[in-house]
Amino acid sequence: MISANTEVLNFPILTMLVILPVIGSIVVALLGKSRPEWMKLSALISSVTTAALSLWLLGVFKSGEAGFQFVSQHEWISQWGISWHLGVDGISLFLVVLTGILFPLVIVGIDPHHDETSYFAWMLLLQAGVMGSFLSLDLFLFFVMFEIVLVPMYFLIAGWGYDQRIYAALKFFLYTMAGSAFMLVGIIATVVLAHRDLGVVTFDLVKIAEGANFSRTAGRWLFLSFAIAFAVKVPLFPFHTWLPDAHTQAPTGGSVILAGVLLKMGTYGFLRFGVYLFPKAAMWARPAIFTLAVIGIIYGAIAATMQRDLKRLVAYSSVAHLGFIVLGTFALSTQAVTGAVMQMVNHGVSTGALFLLVGMIYERRHTREISELRGIQHVAPIFAGVFTVVMLSSVGLPGLNGFVGEFLILIGSFGPARWWTVVATVGVVLAALYLLWAYQRVFHGEPDEANSSFKEITIREGLLMSVFVAIIVVSGIYPKPILDRIEPSVAALISHVEGKTK
Amino acid sequence: MNDEVATFVGPAIDWFSVSPIVVLLCGALLLLLVGSLTPQWRRGGYGLASAVIALIAIALSVFLWRDISSSGPKLLVGSALALDQFAVLASIAICSAVVLVSLVTSDYLASENADSPEIYALYLTAAIGGIVMAASNDLVVLFLGLETLSLSLYLLAASNRKRTQSQEAGLKYFILGGFASAFFLYGVALTYGTTGSTRLVDINLALNSYITVPRNDTLLLVGVGLMLIGFGFKVSLVPFQAWTPDVYQGSPTPVTAFMASVGKVAALVALVRVFVTAFPSRADDWGPVVLVLSALTLIVGSVVAIIQVDVKRMLAYSSISHAGFILVGLEVSSHRSSPDVGDGLIAIGVYVALYAALVVGTFSVVTVVAQNTNDGATSLDAFKSLGKRKPLLALAMTVLLLAQAGVPLTSGFVAKFGIIQAAVAVGSYELAVIAMVCAVIAAFVYLRIMVSMWSSEATTTEPFKVSSFSAISIAIAVLTTLVIGILPNLLLDLTSNLSQLASK
Repeated sequence: MISANTEVLNFPILTMLVILPVIGSIVVALLGKSRPEWMKLSALISSVTTAALSLWLLGVFKSGEAGFQFVSQHEWISQWGISWHLGVDGISLFLVVLTGILFPLVIVGIDPHHDETSYFAWMLLLQAGVMGSFLSLDLFLFFVMFEIVLVPMYFLIAGWGYDQRIYAALKFFLYTMAGSAFMLVGIIATVVLAHRDLGVVTFDLVKIAEGANFSRTAGRWLFLSFAIAFAVKVPLFPFHTWLPDAHTQAPTGGSVILAGVLLKMGTYGFLRFGVYLFPKAAMWARPAIFTLAVIGIIYGAIAATMQRDLKRLVAYSSVAHLGFIVLGTFALSTQAVTGAVMQMVNHGVSTGALFLLVGMIYERRHTREISELRGIQHVAPIFAGVFTVVMLSSVGLPGLNGFVGEFLILIGSFGPARWWTVVATVGVVLAALYLLWAYQRVFHGEPDEANSSFKEITIREGLLMSVFVAIIVVSGIYPKPILDRIEPSVAALISHVEGKTK
Repeated sequence: MNDEVATFVGPAIDWFSVSPIVVLLCGALLLLLVGSLTPQWRRGGYGLASAVIALIAIALSVFLWRDISSSGPKLLVGSALALDQFAVLASIAICSAVVLVSLVTSDYLASENADSPEIYALYLTAAIGGIVMAASNDLVVLFLGLETLSLSLYLLAASNRKRTQSQEAGLKYFILGGFASAFFLYGVALTYGTTGSTRLVDINLALNSYITVPRNDTLLLVGVGLMLIGFGFKVSLVPFQAWTPDVYQGSPTPVTAFMASVGKVAALVALVRVFVTAFPSRADDWGPVVLVLSALTLIVGSVVAIIQVDVKRMLAYSSISHAGFILVGLEVSSHRSSPDVGDGLIAIGVYVALYAALVVGTFSVVTVVAQNTNDGATSLDAFKSLGKRKPLLALAMTVLLLAQAGVPLTSGFVAKFGIIQAAVAVGSYELAVIAMVCAVIAAFVYLRIMVSMWSSEATTTEPFKVSSFSAISIAIAVLTTLVIGILPNLLLDLTSNLSQLASK
């Protein structure tokens, strides 16, 4: 059973993780006109402080404990039983840290080119929303955060994206909002039905998950209402069509954040809310979700292979990778779920890095067409080297981080979902195919005139990428500290599921 | 003859309890009288006077609210009016709308060089009608309120004599509104014929005290249906919505803001009160009808809004879909066996109050934008590049539009959440899902306006002027939206007894 760890630090670290970016965003918006140079500095300070806080959280997080730590709970809307309830456990810890680290990197590393004030302000608001989603232990609070994320992301895509940005931003907003519309009804219904078992109206995730017993039909409907929202967010086939558009049209920073952490809100939501609240229904829905996940893996891989636009290719590879994560999540064995959680972080790092690299290529060549690029290895060997490492991590080469997660997912899923896993394995091979083939076309060969002036990686870009490469290599070679922190929470969740489905 | 006069005893009137109405009435008359006898006031004078009068009415309503909290709801003026929190909340919402709209109108009329006291006097009389409607416990009194409100609105719609669209809007509204009133009155007559009373409380007693013979019940249901049609016109429920976009588009924009807030709040609150107080015993009959009407209104309102190119028409359709949302609350009130049936009324009260501020704010921005175009146009093009020319105004509009879409941390979300929660609590899942899906469809419309504002390059470099009164009014609306959005408990604390309607 997962029990809330009541230990409270004197310092409300989780609340600060959410509030700090909001303050930063307001300061940025206020300073923007009068003091542009201070504006940039304050964006930087706010995001770096948040990163430092999240790393500190990582340091003081008690390894080997299953429950929620640093829980902070304050009454918010008492009439509806809603509280500001934050907590972190092994499942959310690394996503929080990833969110903390990724934003300053994006803010430092990528130029928005125009309207910097609003760009930074939206970025910081986005960070607050994402942080809040990963930390919320209250259904209402989670919904608020889950939904509020759409607004800054919408403006980032629509304001700083490429040619089709308006269309992509609209599609992104409406798809996700349509998904969450069902979830809102689901959340309220969950609370109303749980009221009968608990005797109080509360949106508290832990109380409902531990105390409520939904009837079979009710549980299934509720699970479905949550599942639609998360399936759109992940995105699971066939709800994925917004993703390639959003990714391709978003500015590089937006794509990195989208792939890095935003999509994880879906997979994390499945685990934290779908499975935890409705274990029986999750068990029941497993075959369907496995099937969709595996279709996603194969379809994403095939579609990626055929893309002519490098960014679109990475976007479709995301569909495939997230298929793996969903497969692992619903395999509901400790190994597979641990792998899935790890893979959420890995995918964030490696796909985030891939989008950064593609963005750098675009900055230099103003095209992302694979056919326009050739022989870059000759003129920019270090750039090519970095790309190789990141790409291999995405392929899942042993020794790099992607392998650990994928391997755990496949091993853990083989028992509960044998044939689906067999098919999914083909996806691993396909990943190697589309990424290596793309690499070959872009980096090998003799550079033509346009490509021969391709600039080598700059110091700023190099420093930026070295953070990613370091994470990729270190967590690939020595994943134990990470797994030690993830596993207890996952094991507790699995035993909760087993207890409820017996 | 003399004896008869002598034996007629007027009802005892608790003057303090009706003081908001009295203040508005005296204010309207004074404004009209003094305004017409004195030379043109300084800029903004009339608007300010009207706002102050409405503010006094708000202050008095707040006192009444506290009275009710301590001593409970009661009936006034020989049971013609109800004094309960539901009614007082509506009158506070209506008077607040008057304050905000008066400020905006003052700027609007100044820019058209047509500032005069009549418009404001009409606002105040319309508000009286609205408050009477919201508080009436008698179908005839309700009709009086309805007519006071409607006649003022017809005039207001046609008040811009320089524009033919305005006159067309006024006439169209007048003719269709007349039809609606007739329907309503016929319904009242049939109801009276069946139950022998026009007092809502007595109708309920009559319907509960004996089992009507089947023939009479048919007559009653026809009466109820006709009243619903009458209300349907006023609230613009589908399929009685056809006039709304034309009238909203043609009327002067501040008047549109007034109609969309005051007109709608009053009619909706009255509609809810009539059905909940007088006909709870027939809830099984009107519940399904309301369900269908609300689903239709939601769907048509949000879907048709998408294809509009004029912002006022878009907002007209969005106001239709808002009415659908509020009607969901009424459907909730028809589930009388559920212990959570009262949630519907609370949700409706919260929704109309928040909606009034929201819609006035939104139309105020539209007014300001239209003032800054050459021909007062309100097409989507007029909003292009607003983000570049007036970032703060664009930001305010963005907040208001996001609130209309029901994005969290805005008052719109609090309102929608309340309705959905009430619907789910009584088991109306299908309606809750329809409402939420329609909210997403409607969001597309708001996003289109936002896209225009933020993403388009400047088409004109002419200076953009926002007058101070309009700015104040918009700022108040935005602040309400955000504060209630982030701290809804401020409002929810107050409204927990909202479902206790006055019955004796």
